[in-house]
Amino acid sequence: MQVTSSVRPPLVTNGKTKKDVTNDICKQVEGAPSTAWKISFAMALITLFYGGYCLWTTWYMGIGMWGLNKTIGWSWDITNFVWWVGIGHAGTLISAVLLLFRQKWRTSINRAAEAMTIFAVICAATFIIAHMGRPWVGHWVLPLPNNNGSLWQNFNSALMWDVFAISTYFTVSLVFWYVGLIPDFATIRERATGIRRVIYGALSMNWDGSAKTWSRYEAVSLVLAGVSTPLVLSVHTIVSMDFATSLIPGWHTTIFPPYFVAGAIFSGFAMVLTLMLVTRVVFKLEDYITINHIESMNKIIVLTGSIVGIAYITEFFIAWYSGVPYEKYAFINRAFGPYWWAYASMMTCNVISPQLFWFRKVRTSILWTFILSIVVNIGMWFERFVIICTSLHRDFLPSSWSYFSPTLYDVGDYLFTFGLFFTCFLLFAKYFPVINMAEVKTIIDSSSEKK
Amino acid sequence: MKDNNKVFWKGVEELGNSPEFVKNAQNEFPEFLPVKSSSAEGTDRRDFLKLLGFSVAAVSLAACEAPVKKAIPYLNKPEEIEPGIANYYASTYVDGGEYCSVLVKTREGRPIKIEGNKLSNVTKGGTNARVQASVLSLYDTARIQGPLIKGKPATWEQLDKQVADQLSIVGGTAGEIRIVSQTILSPTTKKAIEQFKAKYPSTQHIQYDSNSSYGILKANEISFGKAVIPSYDFSKASVIVGFGADFLGTWISPIEYVSQYAETRRLSKTKKTMSQHFQFETALSLTGSNADYRQPIKPSQEGLFVAELYNRIAAAKLGTTSIKNDTLDKAAKALLKASNRGKSLVVSGSNDVNVQLLVNEINKELGNYGSTISLATPSYQKQGNDEAMNTLINDVVAGKVKAIIFYGANPVFDHARGAELAKALPSVGLSISFADRADETASLAKFVAPDHHYLEAWGDAEPKAGSYSLGQPAISPIFKTRAAQESLLSWSGDTTSYYAYLKSNWESSILAGASWDRALQDGVFEVATVSGIDTSISNFDRSSVEAGISKAYNANASGIELKLYEKIGVGTGSQANNPWLQELPDPISKATWDNYVAISAAYAEKLSLAQGDIVTVKADKGGYSIDLPVLVQPGQAPGTVSIAIGYGRTNAGKCGDNVGQNAYPFARFVDGFVSNTAIVSITPKGGDKYQIAQTQTHQTLMARPIIQDATLEEYINNPAAGRFIPKISTPDGKKAPALVDIWKDQHHQPNHLWSMSIDLNTCLGCGACVIACQAENNVPVVGKREVLNAREMHWIRIDRYYSSDAEPKETGKYFTNDKEGIGYGTLEIPSENPQVTFQPMMCQHCNHAPCETVCPVAATTHSSEGLNQMTYNRCIGTRYCANNCPYKVRRFNWFKYFDNEEAFDKNVAMNTSLGRMVLNPDVTVRSRGVMEKCSFCVQKIQEGKLKAKKEKRHIVDGEVTTACAAACATGAILFGDLRDVEGKVYQERHVNNEERTYTVLEELNVQPNVTYLTKIRNISNA
Repeated sequence: MQVTSSVRPPLVTNGKTKKDVTNDICKQVEGAPSTAWKISFAMALITLFYGGYCLWTTWYMGIGMWGLNKTIGWSWDITNFVWWVGIGHAGTLISAVLLLFRQKWRTSINRAAEAMTIFAVICAATFIIAHMGRPWVGHWVLPLPNNNGSLWQNFNSALMWDVFAISTYFTVSLVFWYVGLIPDFATIRERATGIRRVIYGALSMNWDGSAKTWSRYEAVSLVLAGVSTPLVLSVHTIVSMDFATSLIPGWHTTIFPPYFVAGAIFSGFAMVLTLMLVTRVVFKLEDYITINHIESMNKIIVLTGSIVGIAYITEFFIAWYSGVPYEKYAFINRAFGPYWWAYASMMTCNVISPQLFWFRKVRTSILWTFILSIVVNIGMWFERFVIICTSLHRDFLPSSWSYFSPTLYDVGDYLFTFGLFFTCFLLFAKYFPVINMAEVKTIIDSSSEKK
Repeated sequence: MKDNNKVFWKGVEELGNSPEFVKNAQNEFPEFLPVKSSSAEGTDRRDFLKLLGFSVAAVSLAACEAPVKKAIPYLNKPEEIEPGIANYYASTYVDGGEYCSVLVKTREGRPIKIEGNKLSNVTKGGTNARVQASVLSLYDTARIQGPLIKGKPATWEQLDKQVADQLSIVGGTAGEIRIVSQTILSPTTKKAIEQFKAKYPSTQHIQYDSNSSYGILKANEISFGKAVIPSYDFSKASVIVGFGADFLGTWISPIEYVSQYAETRRLSKTKKTMSQHFQFETALSLTGSNADYRQPIKPSQEGLFVAELYNRIAAAKLGTTSIKNDTLDKAAKALLKASNRGKSLVVSGSNDVNVQLLVNEINKELGNYGSTISLATPSYQKQGNDEAMNTLINDVVAGKVKAIIFYGANPVFDHARGAELAKALPSVGLSISFADRADETASLAKFVAPDHHYLEAWGDAEPKAGSYSLGQPAISPIFKTRAAQESLLSWSGDTTSYYAYLKSNWESSILAGASWDRALQDGVFEVATVSGIDTSISNFDRSSVEAGISKAYNANASGIELKLYEKIGVGTGSQANNPWLQELPDPISKATWDNYVAISAAYAEKLSLAQGDIVTVKADKGGYSIDLPVLVQPGQAPGTVSIAIGYGRTNAGKCGDNVGQNAYPFARFVDGFVSNTAIVSITPKGGDKYQIAQTQTHQTLMARPIIQDATLEEYINNPAAGRFIPKISTPDGKKAPALVDIWKDQHHQPNHLWSMSIDLNTCLGCGACVIACQAENNVPVVGKREVLNAREMHWIRIDRYYSSDAEPKETGKYFTNDKEGIGYGTLEIPSENPQVTFQPMMCQHCNHAPCETVCPVAATTHSSEGLNQMTYNRCIGTRYCANNCPYKVRRFNWFKYFDNEEAFDKNVAMNTSLGRMVLNPDVTVRSRGVMEKCSFCVQKIQEGKLKAKKEKRHIVDGEVTTACAAACATGAILFGDLRDVEGKVYQERHVNNEERTYTVLEELNVQPNVTYLTKIRNISNA
């Protein structure tokens, strides 16, 4: 029985029934890979292998393959790390916070957003390992029982907090994502035969679909949503503390936690949009990911983008208001120093461009949204680069000031994560249900378009 | 032991002492092994498993190759060598006229470090960068491993026979024989040469200097009848005026002068006077950068400036073009001040005899002879005779010379007429070189009889009359080399060893009954000299000097003038293959691995040149030209350019070859004197910019109180003048940063608190500490590419800041520029003739170290003695510590620098088996991917503590010191225990110079253990 609201626009268009939902989404999993998918996958693999070569060379020869120097100890590595972690944020926000707020529109996009979160965190984690001078002893950051005498971790270090933040985040996101997948795996299992049935059967953990199971599923989802919600705030807060707890002018800023969280959601939503806009076309899911979804997300982008913009301006104000000459110089240097172009790119992409979403025409335009979603992520990359690199390159003692230029290996290692991300995402898109069938079905009765 | 009557039994069996036990007691396993005899019952399951396990373990163990240990213990341990304990031997560093009395630190028979010898009254325990680096030259793989005949290895017997045969032919026909050398300081070597000359009377000994001071020798010969360099005593001078003499860097005896000079610059509660130093020069030298007043002048004006000064001081005037110059007015006024009579010193680096005659007259008028200048103990550090050398080259070119012997000389490279010599040399019948490598000259010689390195050889020196110095080998010769003196003696038919010859010469003519062993142990032997020269009478032909000056100098000369100068690191180029010196940042330009055309910013703009442009510099006479990049150098006189000599070696070895271009051929001969100036034309070559590897690319202070300075006047009125005293606003009012702390002090240093105090007034920026640290702490050389990538590894660096015109003029006022509406862009531009300040910067060992809190694995921690410790093998290389270091003193191992010759072939101390002998066994060679930094020479602290502990006493102040502090010739770096209230650091910081003491970036409250004393300049603001 359909009881759709006459006020709210429908979330699922074209009069889809629950059966249609199953068919439309399982079709992708069950069918042969499309040519578009194959081409994309081949490109992702090539990028992965090229990037893998660069990463391997970096590990084999040393961090010196990058463009870092005595003054600038972090640049692309940590920029990329923060960028990827930030991207991951949207998944958690969509699946956890929006679930708690009973935002039904999230159901069509939460699966892909969560998958994106997990892959983005994996990509971020590669930089945690890759940026270490001695990655082979990277496990020393984990508080594992060891026979190194009295050596233990330094719990004062923000990097140590990162380890906990990222690993918790990854674990919770993975569990949440997987729990959500279980009923859908069961659906696919029911439709599959042979070895596929066995595999999806195993993946579905013998889901039996009983009322009790559903009840537990709902409860677990809610609990995990509750656990994840603070993570939306905590992870990027802690990432921002890598900088905020240091004393480098431009890093040493109390505004960082909220500003980083807003920025993370900002970039995460942009990335979700980039991916979903492609997926809905390639997998013909326009009825599930409608223009309403896109518009809702664009609204969040304009909100978070404005928060970020205000944060940029606040930083400048505080630098002036603090009366600390080093701070003042750091911010003037940011805008007018040798890296002015990075700052200008950041301001254009992050502050000015999302304001276009105030126009309804822009925020309901697929093309505009696609372009701006990419622009936003470029801007957010530059934001991290500006914070990390321009603050370091001219700090306290002018004698040590220097300049960073990336090498092919900086670029290659970044490409590696792109290769990794898209390889994972394409495999996910092909073999896992990209839309949460079970949850979409729950809103068909209330929020789908009448036939 | 005798009280110990307890008896222990192996078991109750022994107590019982049964016959069966006694029977088996001798066996290794007295009881049966629990393996049953196979004959009895066969192997059961358990035994099978045991045997199987044993076999598998045995087989797999056998398969593992045991590591091959190459350390070979002494078969018969030498009595004096205790593994792990360093031995020090007094010796003498000599390179041409350069002299330093040294202590050689050896470990297990290998020299690994050079320290200054405090017993010497000449060098007073000081060293410089080249002396410090000379230990690496010992292990240079480019050294010849044995005698060469026509470039082919030979034996000494073959060489001796052939040389003796040919010498007897040449000698028999009285053919001209020449021995060419740089200045020889060694009296015994001179005696050996005399002996050679006695055997071959047609021999002449020619001395020349790569950087000649013949003008001074000649002037003193004219003035006082003796061709010597006087002995200068800067410590007695209240006013010092220098004309192009880089006496703190490269002029005659810099190690001696810097400590004297520093004495006049040192200030304390009880001594508030300091010398006033005026410098007139073309290129910004180390000396000029330390001067209170510095006037850039063109080489073509130098004589006129000296003449003008003479006219202001002497009653009789010269009729030369008069000069109006503010700095000169000030200098003349200061010199003429009655209280400064006999307490001033005017020196000139000019090789023009007329200028030097004027300088002599000025000093005489000022009453400086007998106080700051002494001819009683002349210096022998420059004996080169330009005219004789010129004649020699003429003779060689004319084919008059039949045999030529090069001893410690490489004139093909380092003489202006080297190319002519190179062309003519193959036609000389007998040519022999004693060079240690097939250098530019030796590679053209028929015979190469390689001399020892000074650390392998017996030697002596007399740098100043009456000051003798002995050198002893600290290692037996690494290669089949032979002392040059021994070669000369053997060719003159004397087969005594040089050691015996030296010892007998000392006993007969130097020691005068004093103990040889004592002299050898001390390294120096000083006798009072009496033979003074009467300086009251001097010859001065005013009209000829006037004519000479008027002819040679022109106040308004046009044309681009080139000034050749010597760099602190590479010097004359004799140690060009030493990568430590090549990578030592030039104190002024901070450039490594290159020479370049230094040009002022304004003049570069006029010629449309920018940093990195490659230009062709062509001499107007002779047509010699080279292509070099441009370096914009504040302080360079307009209308001039400067190029360093010593670069452009072609036969030095892999580190020295093809680094820069050879500038020696630009030198001209003016009336028989080598003049290091030339008129050149400069044409841009176009094309890509050349990158000069500078370790510091930002030149100004940005009006930050990193260097805190004041004038002497202000300092006398207020000892804390120039200090920046930050206050932090708190709810309870403004407070000093140290009082605003959210943590209770976590660190307690009850026993020791290792601290350092650095006096910016006496730090002259020479860089000796950088090389000393590199040698002590196994700091890798990274090569030019990595310096360009800003990844040099030096643990201590000397920050050099130029003043900017945009900076507030008042001292003690910082950060005020932006209020005055001056943008940061203006602040970044150094003045055309800036004030220069040097600041040694190393790990500040902060007591609230920002690096320590951010390391996730606690690889960098604080010791209970105030040290910020770096645990290399705990480091995972996140570089967070380096990012969070406000002083940027942490250095990361971007690559594997050791055992990686492919990528780091210039890092010879870690990549050649010979070079590795120089490594300090007490300091870990760091692996790739770990952070490193100054450790306050913790190995030396530890050694001192252990020694004190064994002797059951406290450490005495001065017993433990760091390599940088030990190397510093001026005592600018003091190191010690702050808990010792009698100690130097405590006294400096809390008693003598309390008001001047500051920490860099005090407002951060990181509480460094390194403090600095404000820089005081003897200038007046009026």
